[in-house]
Amino acid sequence: MTDWHAHLIIGPIVLPMAVAAAMLLVDERRRILKGALSLAAMATILVMALTLLHESATGATGGGDTARVYRLGAWAAPYGVVLVADRLSTLMVALTSVLGACALVFALARWDRAGPRFHALFLLLIMGVNGAFLTGDLFNLFVFFEVMLAASYGLALHGSGERRIRAGLAYIVVNLTASLLFLIGVSLIYGVTGTLNMADLVARIPAIAATDLGLFHAGAAVLGIAFLVKCAMWPLGFWLTPTYSAASAPVAAVFAILSKVGVYVIIRLSLLFFGPDAGASAGFGQPWLLAGGLATVVFGTAGLIGSRDLSRAAGFGVMISSGSVLAAAGAGGQAALGGAIFYLVGSTLACAALFLLAEILQRGRNPDAGEARAVFDDEYRDPFDDDERNEPGLVIPTAVATVGGAFLICTLMIAGMPPLAGFIGKLAMIDALVRTGTLADWTLVAVLSLSSLGAVIGLTRLGVGSIWNREEAEPPLVVGAAELTAIAGLLGACILLAVFGGAGLAYAQHTAGWLARPEAYVAAVLHGAGR
Amino acid sequence: MIELTLALVIGILTAAGVWLLLRPRTFQVIMGVSLVSYAVNIFIFAMGRPRSGAPPVLAAGDADPVRYVDPVPQALVLTAIVISFALTALFLVVMLASRGVTGSDHVDGREPDA
Repeated sequence: MTDWHAHLIIGPIVLPMAVAAAMLLVDERRRILKGALSLAAMATILVMALTLLHESATGATGGGDTARVYRLGAWAAPYGVVLVADRLSTLMVALTSVLGACALVFALARWDRAGPRFHALFLLLIMGVNGAFLTGDLFNLFVFFEVMLAASYGLALHGSGERRIRAGLAYIVVNLTASLLFLIGVSLIYGVTGTLNMADLVARIPAIAATDLGLFHAGAAVLGIAFLVKCAMWPLGFWLTPTYSAASAPVAAVFAILSKVGVYVIIRLSLLFFGPDAGASAGFGQPWLLAGGLATVVFGTAGLIGSRDLSRAAGFGVMISSGSVLAAAGAGGQAALGGAIFYLVGSTLACAALFLLAEILQRGRNPDAGEARAVFDDEYRDPFDDDERNEPGLVIPTAVATVGGAFLICTLMIAGMPPLAGFIGKLAMIDALVRTGTLADWTLVAVLSLSSLGAVIGLTRLGVGSIWNREEAEPPLVVGAAELTAIAGLLGACILLAVFGGAGLAYAQHTAGWLARPEAYVAAVLHGAGR
Repeated sequence: MIELTLALVIGILTAAGVWLLLRPRTFQVIMGVSLVSYAVNIFIFAMGRPRSGAPPVLAAGDADPVRYVDPVPQALVLTAIVISFALTALFLVVMLASRGVTGSDHVDGREPDA
């Protein structure tokens, strides 16, 4: 392979960082240039991510059962920081870039003009998320988490307005505190084991002295809480819905992946550290994940049924999706985890699409649009007070039918109803759970089924109210071409997941099988080839 | 002695910080975040098991690891300090924006009904 190819894995991190940095030098008024730059960067990231995904699916490097390791500065693994691209991390990077590309296209319709430096922040967010998925080092994970969170603080406030600032304040405090917990957990783990490399930790955990084991478990639990705040597990997730529903639509759409970063880290670390070979630590925290995931699904479903506006409902949809995956990971079966990974991809795409649709449907009845006042006058521009720029571009006819159809797909995906991909994932989870058939498994089956029912009821009610039964006073539905392209991209990916459901589910199951063998991961990182 | 001092400092900073974090005014919250982040930084430092008179950097001609402490936590704490400092500054800006927009320094953006 060429030299270029060896560096492919770091591309999804370095490229957005470089473009974002370069973009800060460009004047804010050159919007077309900035838009084109970030669109080109995002397209390149998408190509790189799909190449990486294709490689781990077809197994150019040994049957897909190994990890590509990139040693930064060519330092050997326990000493230097490594990036690891295996089946799970490439899948998540690909999901991020699909989601990011669609959200960016949607933002180009007009939201990128609602405040300063949207594109730079957006690319930094993508960089942080990709880095968090690819890194193989706990402290490096912290750094990428902070990059991602810092960008998300800026993006959550994008467009300003009282509602966003209020929600953003709580969001920032919660996440700053969670980051401090992250640091406490990381340093406790370092204090006990003397390493922060994930693969090296796997090798050292069985050898921890019995007297230190309590300290290690405390560190792992504190670390876990930091991630569970991020994936909004009940009762740590009350910040999610206000923040996501207040954020501007493309930002909320790309935030759908943020909570999945928490889910990813939980899956990754609990299977690596607390697998069957971990000695006294095996299975640590699993009952908590199951119970917390169940509570999250119940809370999310209740919230969704009770929501009176669509973007809040989409926020609760994100919680249901995180909760289902956490509970399936906690239930502990490999087949259930495979189903959950497949479900995670589809439901994340659908929740993102729902945030975009919610903005189109609620346009013109935003109660805060009139209240927004400039805080920093020179930097602030209300997206709605400039009629010339307010044109959404080419307007799509038959908006009601198009939006209605898109809404139907979202509902089916989030509820997990046939014939779409949400159903395949949910069915695979339920099938695996029924086979093991303990009391906890049956509870999870019941909760998953009831949450499907609840999601259908809640979303149908909101959809009828906002699409087909609009009040006279509301403005007619207007959908711009760019906005429709973004939604079509997300829902097209959902439909592809259903059409190629067999291949997708096989990939997810294979991934779960790979995750169940931490020794293969350790071998690839500590002893494997690569640079 | 150094262990006791560190443990007391971490404990007092954390206790004060958590109390402030739970207070209703944004200024108290930001002070709380700062205090807890100091406590966490010292905690990371303490996880390297520092001893008196043991430097983290190798001196020429003396490669006996017993005479040094683990340098990794000291490198980690630098990163943590920079990040928490930057994010506290960012939070300060949002806090000011909130004060400007809502006219209240309450964390909910409005005064509680008396």
